[in-house]
Amino acid sequence: MLTRVWEHTLGEVVQWARVNSPWALHFNSGSCNGCDIELLATLTPRYDVERLGVKLQGSPRQADLLVVTGAVTRQAKDRLLRIYAQMPEPRFVMALGSCALSKGIFHDCYNVVGPVDVFIPVDVYVPGCPPRPEAIIAGMVALLGKLQAAPAAEAQT
Amino acid sequence: MTAPTKQFTIPIGPQHPALKEPGFFEFTVEGETVVGATVRLGYAHRGIEKATESRTWVQNLYLLERICGICSHIHALAYALGVEKLAGVTVPPRAQAIRELTAELERIHSHLLWLGVAAHEAGFDTLFMYSWRDRETVMDIFEQFSGSRVHHSVNTLGGVKFDLTPELSDAIHQGLDYLDERARYYLDLVQNDPMLSGRTRNIGVMTEADAARLGVVGPTARASGVLRDLRVEAPYSAYVNFPVQAVVETAGDLHARFVVRVRELLESIRVIRLLLDGLPTGDLQARMPRKIPAGETISRVEAPRGELFYFIKSAGGDMPERIKVRTPTLCNLASVLELSRGRQLADIPMLLVGVDPCFSCNDRMVTICRVESGERVDFTWDQLRRKESIP
Repeated sequence: MLTRVWEHTLGEVVQWARVNSPWALHFNSGSCNGCDIELLATLTPRYDVERLGVKLQGSPRQADLLVVTGAVTRQAKDRLLRIYAQMPEPRFVMALGSCALSKGIFHDCYNVVGPVDVFIPVDVYVPGCPPRPEAIIAGMVALLGKLQAAPAAEAQT
Repeated sequence: MTAPTKQFTIPIGPQHPALKEPGFFEFTVEGETVVGATVRLGYAHRGIEKATESRTWVQNLYLLERICGICSHIHALAYALGVEKLAGVTVPPRAQAIRELTAELERIHSHLLWLGVAAHEAGFDTLFMYSWRDRETVMDIFEQFSGSRVHHSVNTLGGVKFDLTPELSDAIHQGLDYLDERARYYLDLVQNDPMLSGRTRNIGVMTEADAARLGVVGPTARASGVLRDLRVEAPYSAYVNFPVQAVVETAGDLHARFVVRVRELLESIRVIRLLLDGLPTGDLQARMPRKIPAGETISRVEAPRGELFYFIKSAGGDMPERIKVRTPTLCNLASVLELSRGRQLADIPMLLVGVDPCFSCNDRMVTICRVESGERVDFTWDQLRRKESIP
């Protein structure tokens, strides 16, 4: 009984920390850079997404959120799957930009194998070519709601 | 690989903390010193060159713009100049001037972006935040001008789409006044800040002879004392009437690459002011035929990172027969591998960023493999999944 109370409390603390500060990992799976620089602009002083606790960091092992930009190319596909597999549960994915959503302008290119959600489940879609920083922030906020709704039992693991 | 036991190979990428783009590097180190470097590219290869062959001449403008989000205008410009040459169309002087103006604004945006990323690699995040904040000034101008922050779509075949209104001209002047002041501050900072100088002076020195031998282009070449600037050597568009002065430094180290780019900010600001004051009047577009006469041509422009080369071939239809693009990053990347040998591992991110690599530009190309000792190490997927270190 005591263990269950303890586990429940711990789960709530983890949940609280995750909602307050989701760490994001950025992966470019074949983007034109447009989305990448807008994502970076979102982190810099004018838009400053760090005030929402979102921090971009380098390793998939500590990431809550995977931000994927660009249509998935044949070469990047395996890497994308591998990075996703390395992330701890619960993990969330944001598809950023038209190409990540639907292959966009590269729809008929021979080396583009698909939009992101063909390979990994996507939680938030942010459309635009490229999406404005405001749109990216709106996507982040939508994701925070989703993090909040994530069941506490899942948050324990 | 039959390396001595003292050597160790560090694979980095394709997803890695330093760069925002996928590229795979392999550094062989002895202690902290790098003795060998290999790069494997192609993660962002989408097959754009092939895709151009199934689109009309106008549609391609939008596709080629999306080769790179940082220098989208210059890609469209190189393509438009080539197609106009094939069609024998002369672009009205006002349109030419607006093209140069956009290209120089883009150079400011790109160099400020680079300054921030390079400072970030040096661990100087304050400068990263500063320069990206100031970069928003240019983004605002772009948005006011074309409605988009990144893919401006200013070019069309035969001219430009957007006119420069007096209000916009005032807004650009205002933005430039601010940027001028900031650029002078950055110049002082990169030249005199002891911490940044410690990370950049005498690091990655590339002599003039080396620069010529490795075939580097753009600011990287100009930092080694090689005057390689197409805006000066082979002026195109309005650069004949509104010339720029090439910025050349002779030291050849990372520090010189910082100084060249910041001085180019000032030069771009100077030229944009001249353009705004002396903008020719007249039409924005010339009439273009839907089908381009058969023939082939090349078109070279100076992108923020160096010489951008387009080969365009037409078979006389409404779609191109072949388009080949060679981007500046490809020319510059080999120099990084060369320079990194014998350096400390900690300097590598700075050296890499020093040439301002842009993989989405680069990766229309096939894989490049550079082999150190004549031997080649291939990572199999199984090895990577098992996280095996290469013996």
